Amino acid sequence: MTVERVSVTEAAAEVIDRLRNEHGELMFHLSGGCCDGSSPMCYPKGEFRLGGRDLYLGDIHGCGLFMHADQFEYYKNCHTLVDVVKGRGASFSLEIPLGLRFMIRSRIFTDEEMSDLRPVTAADSIG
Amino acid sequence: MAYQRPEFKEQYENYIGGEWVAPIDGQYFDNTSPIDESFIARIPQSTSKDVDLAIAKAWEAFATWGKSSPAERSMLMFRIADRLEENIELLAAVETCDNGKGIRESLGADLVLVIDQFRYFGGCIRTEAGSVTNVDAETVTMEVHEPLGVVGQIIPWNFPLLMAAWKIAPALVTGNCVVIKPAEQTPVSLLIMMELIADLLPPGVLNVINGFGVECGKPLASHPDIKKVAFTGETSTGRLIMQYAAENIIPATTELGGKSPNIFFESVMDEDDEFLDKAIEGLVFFALNQGQVCTCPSRALIQESIYDKFMAKCLARIEAITMGDPYELSTMMGAQASNDQYQKILSYIDIGKQEGAELLCGGEVYDNELYPNGYYIKPTVFKGHNKMRIFQEEIFGPVLAVTTFKDEEEALEIANDTQFGLGSGLWSRDMHQVHNVSRGIQAGRVWVNCYHVYPAGASFGGYKNSGIGRENHAMMLNGYRHTKNILTSYNKNKLGFF
Repeated sequence: MTVERVSVTEAAAEVIDRLRNEHGELMFHLSGGCCDGSSPMCYPKGEFRLGGRDLYLGDIHGCGLFMHADQFEYYKNCHTLVDVVKGRGASFSLEIPLGLRFMIRSRIFTDEEMSDLRPVTAADSIG
Repeated sequence: MAYQRPEFKEQYENYIGGEWVAPIDGQYFDNTSPIDESFIARIPQSTSKDVDLAIAKAWEAFATWGKSSPAERSMLMFRIADRLEENIELLAAVETCDNGKGIRESLGADLVLVIDQFRYFGGCIRTEAGSVTNVDAETVTMEVHEPLGVVGQIIPWNFPLLMAAWKIAPALVTGNCVVIKPAEQTPVSLLIMMELIADLLPPGVLNVINGFGVECGKPLASHPDIKKVAFTGETSTGRLIMQYAAENIIPATTELGGKSPNIFFESVMDEDDEFLDKAIEGLVFFALNQGQVCTCPSRALIQESIYDKFMAKCLARIEAITMGDPYELSTMMGAQASNDQYQKILSYIDIGKQEGAELLCGGEVYDNELYPNGYYIKPTVFKGHNKMRIFQEEIFGPVLAVTTFKDEEEALEIANDTQFGLGSGLWSRDMHQVHNVSRGIQAGRVWVNCYHVYPAGASFGGYKNSGIGRENHAMMLNGYRHTKNILTSYNKNKLGFF
């Protein structure tokens, strides 16, 4: 069975449901850089223009999760779990007005998992 | 000496058109201090309606301010600087309360640089001259600068007042009107600064709106009536800002962070002198502002021939870092700016351990007996290799990733093996090496035998994914202006084509 690269905690899935009710279909893009970087950003689907070097890593609770190829270089050996904590990030991520912030928790894949990982695809191949 | 937590009002408003204006929808959010999670004040949770109002008021003001003289704008900068200087201790204490940083930093670094930024741009605008060229005996071409109009600015939470000053000063001094949104984690220092300088400003020239990114920042950045947007933050929002700017065909400047290498060559250990002492401090600068600096020297590259001895000295210096009460001048490290930031840093410490990096010190929370609810993390050092995530991703916390190199070539290879290119440092007693390496590093700032100094007049900005544009320098004046070419012929005769 193919090993997924991304997953989501129950608490984060509940927040996704709340946001989806309000904003419709959603997407996630993993940010890099300073301040609130290195965190997942949640946008209405299509709000963030994906480019030729963005990659699709998989779905979390019905939302595509994307990452720039430069950044994926350092995530290819890690499982990415999207969680949610109390917090106040500064960015355009949709959960922030709720007083919550999505964050990632990482785990290094085992050798066994590495041999059967879901292949990543170019973001523009996803509808 | 200990400072006191300042007194705050229960509630602040937006500053629009020269008045304190409640948010149209009447919503507010609670601003808290990361020092102890205590309530500071209620802050407007603005929406696109408030953004529309602020931009409209700014355009009204532009009709006059856009035609003001450089002398008048320069004088405003000096008056603001003087007013802030008179209130430096209050503003520093506010910044410490809102952001969590130690008072010695807000007083000795942030506010000093804020004040100087206004004076620097006040000086720049008076001393520059335009250009006039005689194309031929009867044709003259003139390059004339004109302000853009109303500009939008979104600032980060790590240096709330300083990043505001970096953006406000060049925009106002070139004749623009500003709508600025502080970060929702640290809104209050800019509001108190506005209370202090309000009587100096023509109404509508500088407008401050507060709120969350998606509700207030996005309507500002994507507004069809702004003529430029300036942003400091992370890459996804940076891309969105540039995307909105593309839709409106306006310029955007973005500063998006880094993973700055700090390179120590073996000659630093040639003498046991004051320069070695300075180099050790240079490494420990990763802990400045709790590591929440875009140019944090978060990767230390140490020549392998000196690694053991040099690192031992550095670790001793790191262990001497005092934590405790951020309001106490002797405290070296304060609180991380927010709970989510604190959680993210801890998750990266976990990743570093999982990746097999060797933990040399720290690696855990600091139990602050004085403020058990605050967000404190011990200065942390990992030894590992440059392909690890802790070497490649900006953690924005007091976490240093250390590795070694053999020679100059390998040092440059490691230094440049990153998606970012904002800051960098190099330490050496060899002037030829200093030249070669500083030219070889792909970054907008190379500190040579120093680090974390930010004098106005030294440009600041990124290579690669660290963003576009340069701040903290007179060249930013043109980032806030149109250039108009007026080409005049003094010849009465036609060209002869038609």
